[in-house]
Amino acid sequence: MRHFDEELQDLQRRLLEMGGMVESAIRRAVSALANRDERDAQEVLRGEARINQLEIEIDDFAIRLLALHQPMARDLRFLTAAIKINNDLERMGDLAVNIVERAMSLMAHPPVKPLIDIPHMGRLVDSMVRTSLDAFVRRDGELARGVLLSDDAVDNLRDRIYVELVQFMHQDPAVISPALDLIFVARNLERIADHATNIAEDVLFLVQAVDVRHNAETKR
Amino acid sequence: MNDRLEIEVPADINRKRTAPFVPKIEVERLNFYYGPTQVLHDVSLRVPEKQVTALIGPSGCGKSTFLRTLNRMYETVPKSRAEGNIRLDGEDLLQMDVTALRRRVGMVFQRSNPFPKSIFDNVAFGPRLSGNTGKAALQDTVERSLRRAAIWDEVKDQLHNSAYALSGGQQQRLCIARALAVDPEVLLLDEPCSALDPIATAKIEELLFTLRPQCTVVIVTHNMQQAARVAEYTGFFLLGRLVEFGRTEALFKAPEKKETEDYITGRFG
Repeated sequence: MRHFDEELQDLQRRLLEMGGMVESAIRRAVSALANRDERDAQEVLRGEARINQLEIEIDDFAIRLLALHQPMARDLRFLTAAIKINNDLERMGDLAVNIVERAMSLMAHPPVKPLIDIPHMGRLVDSMVRTSLDAFVRRDGELARGVLLSDDAVDNLRDRIYVELVQFMHQDPAVISPALDLIFVARNLERIADHATNIAEDVLFLVQAVDVRHNAETKR
Repeated sequence: MNDRLEIEVPADINRKRTAPFVPKIEVERLNFYYGPTQVLHDVSLRVPEKQVTALIGPSGCGKSTFLRTLNRMYETVPKSRAEGNIRLDGEDLLQMDVTALRRRVGMVFQRSNPFPKSIFDNVAFGPRLSGNTGKAALQDTVERSLRRAAIWDEVKDQLHNSAYALSGGQQQRLCIARALAVDPEVLLLDEPCSALDPIATAKIEELLFTLRPQCTVVIVTHNMQQAARVAEYTGFFLLGRLVEFGRTEALFKAPEKKETEDYITGRFG
């Protein structure tokens, strides 16, 4: 194997390490919220620094490979995709921290209502993140396209949660603060799904050299 | 204060360099032989007018031979022959008077090959052969050609010194000036920068950008980054065949053929 291929594999491994940490942070954040589990919340907060550090390491490594090897074709597409995926993962990590902050604020209040839609949304988002990273590892365009299709379901759930919580707030102003926290949680989950969608789009560019962003499918 | 508003923004930044494809040279099913050995197989390719076309491929793939068919430089090799069609502006290139052809299609080689003459006489050589012998007109042509080759400022005070006193990069630009002195419609360059340092290389690449509005350029290069930088179109040759030809950015970003992908990503062999 060429030395350059080994370096590309190292980069992929590092990116997947980061992906694993981000997936775990999202799962723990939803668990902290749904189970009022402070240990999960603390784990997410502790993990953030490592995710941020990995983002910097991966960027430096990818830029070094670009500068030293001046890659072409699929290597070029891999490196540009890696840089963008890195950025998306780091943002997902931040959003998981946002969810945890809301979860900790919610722990101070009695529950507004039994949580059903938000954990459901959490599982859907978690599956999108995992599938987008699987698609990346396997260079599987079809798997990536599946992620794009899930995004609408997440958007619909967010809208439903929003409408329901606004109703609660109308009925009882005392729940405004915790209900707002839950609305922000739904919004953060929806944005995590958007980043998973970005990753799936990058995978499609990597595998099939097509640009599917903003519904503009073109061969590049 | 509003300087930024003065900047003209192209509608699509990716489209600004796209010029219409008007074929200058059309090659159809070209087969080429050195004696019994066939070195080009069924090559068909259209070279766009007033743009830069790069030919890449491993050593021995036929790209230089292909280049030499475009001004029939191969005819100096005994027992070589070309079969197929090559048209220059629709005219049969293989049947043309070869002197007239080479006036229209100039060539610069890998190793600069100035004549053992002064800088001025090197550049004036072609125009003199063409009967352009008036002193003022010659001086004018020499200066214009040296300027086009981006070397005038470096040699204007030593025009009557030997060309051999110039550096490698300067000699190569002198050879380009010599080729340009007869106003060729097409300029063929066979690895013109392979012996040059990055600064001299950058000067020649810059020169290709300035030549583009006036001249069709075909460049053979081993340096893929160079092809990516200078050419609108790129062709990839392998084992005497043209594997892929297309817009340079498409070829380097997402080539159609696996052989191209393997070569440009260094996985060849």
